[in-house]
Amino acid sequence: MNSDIALSFDTIEKNLKAMAFKRLLYSLISILAIIFLLSSGLTIAENNNAGSFERGISKFFDYPVDLFKEAFESGWRWYAYVFKYLPDLISTINMAFFSTLFGAIFALLLSLFASKNLIKNPYIVTFARRTMDILRSFPELVIAMIFLYLMGKSELPAVIAIVIHTAGALGKLFSEAIENADSKPIEGLQSCGARWWARIRFAVIPQVVPLFISYTLLRLEINVRASTILGFVGAGGIGEALSAVIQFRYGDEIIAIMFLLVVTIISLDYFSRFLRGRLIGDNK
Amino acid sequence: MNYAITHDITNEVEIKHKKHIRVLIISACVFLIYLIGSIIHFNLPGLAKKWNNDRASMFMLDIYAHKDHIKMNWKEPEKIDVRFEGGYREVYKQDPSWLIRDNQKKSTTVNFENGGKFVFFPDRVEMRNFPKTKETFVFKLNQQGKPYVENYVGKEELLPSWMRATENKVEVRPSLYERLQVYGSKVEVHRYELGWKYFWFDFNSPLEGKGFFEGIALMFDKNRIDPEISNFNLVIKEFWGNEIWHHDTVLFAMVETLLMAILGTLIASIVGLPLAFLAAYNVTPLSSIRFFLRRLFDMLRGIDMLIWSLIFLRAFGPGLFTGIFAIAFTDTGTLGKLMSEAIENTDKKEKEGIQSTGANKVLQHRFGIIPQIMPIFISQSLYYLESNTRAAVIIGAMGAGGIGLHFLGALMTGNDFENVAYMAILVLIAVMCIDTMSAKLRRLLIGIEDKNN
Repeated sequence: MNSDIALSFDTIEKNLKAMAFKRLLYSLISILAIIFLLSSGLTIAENNNAGSFERGISKFFDYPVDLFKEAFESGWRWYAYVFKYLPDLISTINMAFFSTLFGAIFALLLSLFASKNLIKNPYIVTFARRTMDILRSFPELVIAMIFLYLMGKSELPAVIAIVIHTAGALGKLFSEAIENADSKPIEGLQSCGARWWARIRFAVIPQVVPLFISYTLLRLEINVRASTILGFVGAGGIGEALSAVIQFRYGDEIIAIMFLLVVTIISLDYFSRFLRGRLIGDNK
Repeated sequence: MNYAITHDITNEVEIKHKKHIRVLIISACVFLIYLIGSIIHFNLPGLAKKWNNDRASMFMLDIYAHKDHIKMNWKEPEKIDVRFEGGYREVYKQDPSWLIRDNQKKSTTVNFENGGKFVFFPDRVEMRNFPKTKETFVFKLNQQGKPYVENYVGKEELLPSWMRATENKVEVRPSLYERLQVYGSKVEVHRYELGWKYFWFDFNSPLEGKGFFEGIALMFDKNRIDPEISNFNLVIKEFWGNEIWHHDTVLFAMVETLLMAILGTLIASIVGLPLAFLAAYNVTPLSSIRFFLRRLFDMLRGIDMLIWSLIFLRAFGPGLFTGIFAIAFTDTGTLGKLMSEAIENTDKKEKEGIQSTGANKVLQHRFGIIPQIMPIFISQSLYYLESNTRAAVIIGAMGAGGIGLHFLGALMTGNDFENVAYMAILVLIAVMCIDTMSAKLRRLLIGIEDKNN
């Protein structure tokens, strides 16, 4: 009897050691792979870069320092620049806000078809999901550039590009939220004779709407960044202003625009986290 | 008594419900007003007007078709040549089967698949037999050297809608696949055909016209096409050096973009994790360090990737480093903040359990905290890898290089739409591959699907 236990302890220990060894091996392999990737990648980067890494590092602070110096020298005028670019900033934010809203509406429609618990036909669900995957996969810039080419410089191409990307990205999240909705409230309502609409209204919507809003807020933040970048390639707003002043090398104005952008992004971040925290009751 | 209570509750519920409805209606109104205002502001109804239909149809056509240019100068009508996409180097040495030269009549006929033909004569061009019209149109030059349509001088409005005669140019487009342009100096016919011709081997290659499978078969063929070089190497070299599709530059640019994303994310996670430990209150007792790191994360994150890439562009010049560091800096901030929050949210009990066995601080963190945060760390890193693949394309277009820059360049030249489409499809495939791979890895490593994507 005792020898049996000892034997089983032996096998347990053996298994444990084998497992630990396997783990160690996997960790070593992945660490080696990461080191290899890093070193070879950085070597490729070094070989194909216009300037070398060391020279770049030494020059890293030159540009920001120059900019700040210029901004400091311009004195009080600098504050005027901040206000000068405020309308551009508002236009960019509006662009992002509108496209997030529009995209969220599309995402909602798509997500209804992509949720297994609402649509019983698996082909429709798969089709809707693949559609969203494709919409999501294109970087906004690719779509925006093509539309910019096809319809000239305006804000519209950027809006279309962001709407397309947002519809795909949010649609996926929305459909997952719908699929993960607890079925017990629905059953409860069904048991007391509620109709389909009443079940949706009182059992599904209260569960998913806070999630929807919080995802949309998160998207809004991402889209403000995206619409700035799209402005940079010709879609108007503060991005275009930034690209112009960078070409003309107006250091003080560059700093003013960057300041506006950073303040916007940080305050948006805090604002959306605050709202999301209130909506879904945690601060993640 | 009971009734009264129920009544009160019912009343309260009804009042609340009314309030709820009012708020809902008001917000719906605000929402609608904003939507309508914005639709007017962004000029969505003007979309149709702005939409450049010619450009769009050319763009679409170029994506799935290729064309041959047949050109005749009025001054030397005997010299008619056929060029692939009108390129300078891509002149057909042998006439394609649809081009028939008749030396006695001094005519050259371009046949189309729908039976229509354009016939070149030294003094005129005829359009015959197109399914759209039975009429034969004749295009000539007048005394001043301006093109005109015979029998329609002064009656240009009677011409069919797909024909346009202006002072210096007559343009004929019976369908998307045929096009004739008559100028004072030359006549040009574009003949479209479906497909991406010369995708595998280019026009001047010894393997011209071979398909993918033929290429593969040739690789293992013993009879050398070029005695200097083995077939295997020849096929690779010719494919790689394709002058029309530029496989070498495009594919290398794609690899560069992927490298940017992967290395940027890798550096961000390697740097971000230790910093996150230092920024968590249950690991670092010193509040000054924590405060400093928190603000650092905020700064890294708040300065957008766009601004970082502009700064790095100045320091490193266009190239991989710009992209890698722009991504790494932004995401160090994001990952650091996320991970420090995750570390703070870990269960205390595991750490205490390990402490009770007498383990030192490092071991406590190693076995008490890391196993708890590892799934979050891996899934977040993979998620950022996905979104950074897209971001790397975008940063590339802003000047950091890679496929983004090539894409922008091809789009700006405005006539190589098949290359634009090729790169767009390549980006789509790469992004989808990375997405699927990271989803697989995530499932493999942590066993559950992450929903934060």
